[in-house]
Amino acid sequence: MANMSLKKNEMPVQAPNIRKRNFEEVALGYTPAQAIDEANRCLNCKNKPCVSGCPVAIDIPSFIAKIRESDFEGAYEILSKSSSLPAVCGRVCPQETQCEAKCVRGIKGEPVAIGRLERFVADWHMEHTAGGIKKPVSNGHRVAVIGAGPSGLTCAGDLQKAGYEVTVFEALHTAGGVLVYGIPEFRLPKAIVQKEVDNLKSLGVKIETNMVIGKVLSIDELFDSGFEAVFIGSGAGLPRFMNIPGENLKGVYSANEFLTRTNLMKAYRDDSATPIQHAKKVIVVGGGNVAMDAARCAMRLGADEVHIVYRRSLEEMPARREEVEHAMEEGVIFDILTNPTQIIGNEHKFVTGIECVKMELGEPDASGRRSPKEIPGSAFTMEADCVIMAIGTSPNPLIRRTTSGLETNRRGCIVAEEDTGLTSREGIYAGGDAVTGAATVILAMGAGKKAAKAIDSYIQSKK
Amino acid sequence: MYKILKKKSLNPTVTLMDIEAPLVAKKAEPGQFIILRVDEEGERIPLTVADFDREKGTVTIIFQIVGSTTEKLNHLNEGDCLHDFVGPLGTPSHVEGLKKVAVIGGGVGCAIAYPIAKKLHALGAQVHSVVGFRNKDLVILEEQFQAVSDKLVMKTDDGSYGTKGLVTDALKELIEQGEQYDEVIAIGPLVMMKFVCKLTKEYNIKTVVSMNPIMIDGTGMCGGCRLTVGGETKFACVDGPDFDGHLVDFDEAMERSSMYRSFEAEQREKTCNLFKKEVL
Ligand SMILES: Cc1cc2nc3c(=O)[nH]c(=O)nc-3n(C[C@H](O)[C@H](O)[C@H](O)COP(=O)(O)OP(=O)(O)OC[C@H]3O[C@@H](n4cnc5c(N)ncnc54)[C@H](O)[C@@H]3O)c2cc1C
Ligand SMILES: Cc1cc2nc3c(=O)[nH]c(=O)nc-3n(C[C@H](O)[C@H](O)[C@H](O)COP(=O)(O)OP(=O)(O)OC[C@H]3O[C@@H](n4cnc5c(N)ncnc54)[C@H](O)[C@@H]3O)c2cc1C
Ligand code: SF4
Ligand code: SF4
Ligand code: FES
Repeated sequence: MANMSLKKNEMPVQAPNIRKRNFEEVALGYTPAQAIDEANRCLNCKNKPCVSGCPVAIDIPSFIAKIRESDFEGAYEILSKSSSLPAVCGRVCPQETQCEAKCVRGIKGEPVAIGRLERFVADWHMEHTAGGIKKPVSNGHRVAVIGAGPSGLTCAGDLQKAGYEVTVFEALHTAGGVLVYGIPEFRLPKAIVQKEVDNLKSLGVKIETNMVIGKVLSIDELFDSGFEAVFIGSGAGLPRFMNIPGENLKGVYSANEFLTRTNLMKAYRDDSATPIQHAKKVIVVGGGNVAMDAARCAMRLGADEVHIVYRRSLEEMPARREEVEHAMEEGVIFDILTNPTQIIGNEHKFVTGIECVKMELGEPDASGRRSPKEIPGSAFTMEADCVIMAIGTSPNPLIRRTTSGLETNRRGCIVAEEDTGLTSREGIYAGGDAVTGAATVILAMGAGKKAAKAIDSYIQSKK
Repeated sequence: MYKILKKKSLNPTVTLMDIEAPLVAKKAEPGQFIILRVDEEGERIPLTVADFDREKGTVTIIFQIVGSTTEKLNHLNEGDCLHDFVGPLGTPSHVEGLKKVAVIGGGVGCAIAYPIAKKLHALGAQVHSVVGFRNKDLVILEEQFQAVSDKLVMKTDDGSYGTKGLVTDALKELIEQGEQYDEVIAIGPLVMMKFVCKLTKEYNIKTVVSMNPIMIDGTGMCGGCRLTVGGETKFACVDGPDFDGHLVDFDEAMERSSMYRSFEAEQREKTCNLFKKEVL
């Protein structure tokens, strides 16, 4: 019987006043009964509008139908045909602008909770299915993957399954990319990422950490050592600063540094060897997922007051809606239409505050976005002992500087064909944030999949 | 895992280790560094490549025991392994084309200066080395410097070895005596580098310094290692660690390096207590 409730089944969560002081996962996941009830809201539409909103075209109505039949493993099989990281995407996809935005149930009431169902199925599978991964038979061809983020891991998994011998080269000491150094534990438990990485290893994928490509080995040396194709999934990890006075004061962090210390180096734990400032009044500049994560980490590290300072309005914020809501529930204060002009410090060069101006939105520009303009005479100061810059990142120049013939664009992104990931050099493919600039996990994963297919045809055609 | 093939104490607080790391050894150049983690839960710390043997596949590090991680590192022995060892990172020092150079090393900074002096010597440049230590017991790498220098001046703060005084005094003397250097390379504590630069600026001699701000990733991802050089923000791990000393904002760098002082003191205390317990 179809469930005609206008609302999604609510996601059980940790209460805001408790979770804002711990690093455990905020959203707790559906029970099987809740999942089945939610699955009953899906109308199994013939033309599947939801699928067109998913960047990797998961067969959404079919996997939901399996949930309805309590065949959770069957649902997982459908998911895993299109997605390599369903437990991750079910948690972090901006569903409200993708699959769920297209769901017919959303016309009147709330859409089907596709992301939550995806997460439920993936978690169920992890909990109930014991390993049993078989190593595919090798076809003797070797492929190198640079970067162990979602794009690289996906590309590696697909190629290994197709019989290739894949080695992933990762600069840091842990595989996972932004999933381990950026997105915090309370949103994406690291054990989930670890499990995905372990699965790849069971498939036979080799993961070599501490390998900064461009420094330890160059791409040309990878070819010389017998790799027939290379996939670059090195992400967009270079932090931007605002270039305003006071940015080098003590207590000013890039979001990358703040999140890396907190997540990758576990600075939130008492037993961590890596220090982090446990600030009392924190200001985060920016309005994306990165800013939300930094603000919520700062709260969990014991801040009394955390502010998000963003120069446009709430509607323009690029962060996922759920993250904004969660941050608000946890007491993060939003100072919108506000732009920092200077960071102020004391005689010991520790941050004491920031100077801001108020902004107003002008007429929409060519892209339809209303650009913010400064309101004259609106300058004011805010106190702070920590300022975190979360205003964007761009691709690291290391690979482009050490690989001749690799075309990049004005923003430093690698130029690659949309459908194949092929770059300007034969045998070199690229995808994810390294090509698009900072984007999403699902797009990075999709790019990894496309490139794996293209690399397969490339190597087969050479034979 | 990266095996410790040799361990040698150079003075009570400075230790040398040869680490098995063939890929790093193959590419390393003077001026570059590595980042290591002692164990799975450890902090990432940068150390300069003090020497390397491409054939044997080894990299030499020389470190001063200043805090918790270097303390832990010093408790490892030959045959033990480091969990992580990544490099070579940073940009190699520019040594080509130099004919006559003064290399100034202060304390453990001598470990960073030595491979540069060695390379300059190998390239046929005239090398005048000025090395300074607090006292006789802390002197390191004297023979090594002797072997690659056309002139070696030893200074100690208390006069217990060499001549009493600071490296800047010695450099000033050399310059006043008419020595003409293409370049001065100064590596040591920030204050030392700051004063060497102040001196060489008076004489208008190009001066290169090696900066060692707090780092995490060492690949340009966190921005924690940023410095102001000539009014611009630079990331020491990828743009450096070598910079034109006359452009570096030393005062800011000194402030930034003290960011975690109280945390570090506490961590060191904890580590020391841990080792005390183990000994009992
Ligand atoms: C804090 C934060 C929160 C986010 N939240 C969301 C969210 O909620 N939803 C969402 O969809 N997206 C989110 N994103 C974006 C998403 O994480 C990225 O778009 C995605 O991770 C990109 O994947 P990737 O594989 O291209 O690169 P990355 O995940 O960046 O991985 C690249 C990997 O390559 C390695 N590498 C880089 N250079 C080299 C080299 N020279 N040699 C070897 N290895 C190298 C890096 O160390 C890294 O491990 C968030 C990003 C951040 C920073
Ligand atoms: C490029 C570079 C090359 C270096 N080469 C050498 C070397 O050859 N020999 C040597 O003895 N030391 C070297 N250092 C300094 C060395 O990294 C620090 O002494 C070490 O990190 C201290 O760690 P700790 O936990 O023992 O001490 P802590 O108690 O953590 O700190 C003691 C001191 O070390 C500094 N420090 C702490 N963490 C870091 C970090 N992650 N990065 C940089 N500095 C830090 C602190 O500012 C403090 O002054 C180098 C630093 C850099 C950046
Ligand atoms: S992967 Fe993302 S967009 Fe696709 S169905 Fe799942 S949640 Fe929706
Ligand atoms: S659009 Fe909504 S209701 Fe229709 S099939 Fe997709 S998820 Fe189900
Ligand atoms: S150490 Fe992170 S950018 Fe230099």
